Amino acid sequence: MIEFMQSLEIWQILAIKIVFALMMIGAVMTMAGYSVLAERKVSALMQGRLGPNRTVLPIIGSVPIIGPFLQGLGIFQPLADGLKFLFKEEIVPGHVNKIYYYLAPIIALVPALTTMTVLPFGEFFTGAGETIPLMLADLDVGILFILAVSSLGVYGIVLAGWSSNSKYPFLGGIRSSAQMISYELAMGLSLLPIFLWVSKPGVEVSALSLVEIVNSQHQANWLLLVQPVSALIFLIALFAETNRLPFDMPESETDLVGGFHTEYGSFKFGIFFVAEYAHIVIGSAIFTIIFLGGWHFLPWMSDPWPANWVGTILGVGWFLTKTVGLIFFFIWIRWTLPRFRYDQVMDLGWTKLLPLALANLLFYIVLVTWLDQSAL
Amino acid sequence: MAKTVVLERKPLSLSERTYLPQIATGLKTTFSNMFKPKVTLQYPEEKPVIPQNYRGIPTLVKDPNGREKCVSCQLCEFVCPPKAIRITPGEVPEEDLDREHVEKAPQEFEINMLRCIYCGYCQEVCPEEAIFLQQEYSSSGYSREELINKKDKLYELGGVLPDKHYKWDKKKKAELEGNSH
Ligand code: SF4
Ligand code: SF4
Repeated sequence: MIEFMQSLEIWQILAIKIVFALMMIGAVMTMAGYSVLAERKVSALMQGRLGPNRTVLPIIGSVPIIGPFLQGLGIFQPLADGLKFLFKEEIVPGHVNKIYYYLAPIIALVPALTTMTVLPFGEFFTGAGETIPLMLADLDVGILFILAVSSLGVYGIVLAGWSSNSKYPFLGGIRSSAQMISYELAMGLSLLPIFLWVSKPGVEVSALSLVEIVNSQHQANWLLLVQPVSALIFLIALFAETNRLPFDMPESETDLVGGFHTEYGSFKFGIFFVAEYAHIVIGSAIFTIIFLGGWHFLPWMSDPWPANWVGTILGVGWFLTKTVGLIFFFIWIRWTLPRFRYDQVMDLGWTKLLPLALANLLFYIVLVTWLDQSAL
Repeated sequence: MAKTVVLERKPLSLSERTYLPQIATGLKTTFSNMFKPKVTLQYPEEKPVIPQNYRGIPTLVKDPNGREKCVSCQLCEFVCPPKAIRITPGEVPEEDLDREHVEKAPQEFEINMLRCIYCGYCQEVCPEEAIFLQQEYSSSGYSREELINKKDKLYELGGVLPDKHYKWDKKKKAELEGNSH
């Protein structure tokens, strides 16, 4: 692959990369769109309802059996939702700060889409027996990049709250910044034991690389089993970072109308919406990579698929299955738990998760040191 | 007066304080709910069961002989709280043997469904049992005019209801026997 790449002109490499990037954006956006549908369907099912089942496309919908089945699943609903946002009247309240008001949704979406450049989602087996991870950019410090960029998403929310010049969005913005800061710490600290664990003595590659983290779980423990506390803290922090219930402080429609996007309508609101779900998709993918073994089969087992393109497809499929399972978990939690009160969120973040994450880190420092010493 | 008893709260155990077991129970509940039968009524295809004595759209009915029952007494028009009914009385021609003794019948009968509050007073007040709020409940239209039910529409909606009295037949019979009042 490397040699193949080197034989190309720079513009050819660029073209290939752009095509890949577009495909990736397409995939993530589709998943985001369909997680909105999943959210509506799952919530409906959990509440004894049926959920969206009316939208239909002319030709596909009239195919016997398949058409009505797809309609019942609401497969066409995201299309209708998206179009609705596109064709709605564009209303800008008179009291907003125009520039930042328009900038906010973009700033919310861009980090969500940027993080996916470093997400590995499978591996490609070359004929020569090499395996190449499938990702847009193999960064040595992938996880750091993700932590850094994904926390930029909060600026979109803060900016939206501030530029709207009205009280509810403002409160939403304040809450979200406070929440992000509190949970970012716990999130980062929960990941440190992972790096310690993965970077065994004598390992040359960087343990901050997501591919390394995934491969360390091949034919071995999943990190979820080795470090359940880290996984738990990371998961909780992930919920907080993606503004999902029970932590959807910035939005909390019961006390803040619509939270930070109260003043937003039509497509701008649609972008916020998509950004939220893109965050969930990416978050689930990250959790899968770090704790659930990525595209590798089950803990302690070697991958049952052959080392060729079939294996690649099955691996990617398995990765997607895990990710979708996690997205379901996100939705499931949302329709199970009530929202925390704002002070409870802060309390949980600072007085529970942070000390827990620190204790967890200390424990693994001692453990890893001890293991290293006894291995020598 | 019931006496208020203050219950001592037991301190939470460690596992309770993490909330995790409770969250797991909650998750189990919501998950099992996903497979329970759904309560949704697929509306236009499935209609709700309309209970007895339901007050739907007010309609005019005919008796089983197909005769117009309303005698245009205008009591309903008078009683209707939001003044939704407007009646233009007309005469029944002498030659109409079917309806001997009936002097009047509505020439035009309008019920404005934008005003009607479905109170059922019209049905209650009608001396001829000619107006009924039946089971039909959905009425829609593109303009205000469309939502004013005219006489023919009211009869179409109302149809025929069984009649216990055949008041005017009795009256005719009584007259033939010579005691008209
Ligand atoms: S139901 Fe009530 S409001 Fe409607 S027409 Fe009859 S009397 Fe008037
Ligand atoms: S419907 Fe009944 S109350 Fe109304 S005018 Fe006719 S007879 Fe009188």
